[in-house]
Amino acid sequence: MISNDLNIFLILFSAMVVNNILLMRFIALCSFFGISNSLKTSMGMGMAVVFVMLMATAVSWPVYHFILVPLNLVYLRTAAFILTIATFVQLEEMFIRRMFPPLYRALGIYLPLIVVNCAVLAAAFLCIDYKLDFGRSIVYTAGVSFGYFIAIVMFAAIREVVDHAPVPALFKGHPIAFITASLMSLAFLGFKGMFGL
Amino acid sequence: MSQGRGNSLLKECTKGLVKENPILVIMLGLCAALACSTSATDAVGMGIAFSFVMIFSNIVVAAIRKLVPNQVRIPVYIVVISTFVTIVDYTLKAYFPSLSQSLGVFVPLIVVNCIVMGRAEAFSSKNAIAPSLMDGIGMGIGFTLIIGLIGAIREMVGNGTLFGRQVMPAAYQPFLIFILPPGAFLVIGFLLALHRKVMLTLDKPRTQRLKAQ
Repeated sequence: MISNDLNIFLILFSAMVVNNILLMRFIALCSFFGISNSLKTSMGMGMAVVFVMLMATAVSWPVYHFILVPLNLVYLRTAAFILTIATFVQLEEMFIRRMFPPLYRALGIYLPLIVVNCAVLAAAFLCIDYKLDFGRSIVYTAGVSFGYFIAIVMFAAIREVVDHAPVPALFKGHPIAFITASLMSLAFLGFKGMFGL
Repeated sequence: MSQGRGNSLLKECTKGLVKENPILVIMLGLCAALACSTSATDAVGMGIAFSFVMIFSNIVVAAIRKLVPNQVRIPVYIVVISTFVTIVDYTLKAYFPSLSQSLGVFVPLIVVNCIVMGRAEAFSSKNAIAPSLMDGIGMGIGFTLIIGLIGAIREMVGNGTLFGRQVMPAAYQPFLIFILPPGAFLVIGFLLALHRKVMLTLDKPRTQRLKAQ
């Protein structure tokens, strides 16, 4: 279980591999199956998620601890977080477009998609649920987002190969993708129990 | 999705079951469908929580669809949806603490469950209250059926029980893997293939189209 007493490297490793957000926790699967058609787009999506997720936790953690808790508004958490994140993604998009045009060209179309990516919101919620302090929240979020990146890039690479394989007609497309994900998840299951995580 | 004049209200409801099933056809809301289906009880609980949010947010979005300016519609929908999600979250915590514990973060995550938002945007923002209500009910039932089915299969094969009661013979060795994450992907992969088989036998023209692909 992740808590404040855990070494930060263990938090990072646990979030990234042992409890991989896509393959072990099933969060953000829509984008996992929707965008992983090609290696290039999934790299773009992965990078955008890393970026947005870190920013989202950096904003939502103070919102929860400095605004919602003192004012006794904890029940507004869901609405407050999603609005904060949606607004923030919009701001980030404008900021990147203005300041870093090459990065914008690389991430551009993925940024708006991320507002509805549950992984971002989930990471923000989980940091609160595990009662992590600010530094560890950021480390945890970094782990989660790197885990997302690794999983989606690997999955896209496998799918590109599977596309050329002779798959039974009924399984073409999505069914075989799920079977692939199942095997990948099986591989990640091998890390379970490492360092007692 | 097209709402022709010939379509009755009943049709809005039944299309969610097979033809436009939220999980198997629209392929949204997978997170909850996979994560909350380790046991049939959890799965049905999640299905009901989801249906509640789906139905009420559809009604409210349809009711306010003429008042909301086009530019700010997405944030407004999010606020509507998150209100109902918060209601569900706190109700579960108060009356079904063990269910709430096992569903965990997935209850608040119904907010970003793409189906709820998708139906608000694609259907209830363009239709009157009655068809939106039926659409919500249909989507809710379709979701609950499939997640319940996944949950039942996983619990039966992986643990030998159904709703916590032993159903398999005592000599049965459970395949633990079906309770673990890989099992969820496997079950839904086979369900998708089965659904495709059913669709193929149901209507022939689609068969031709699939063959052409």
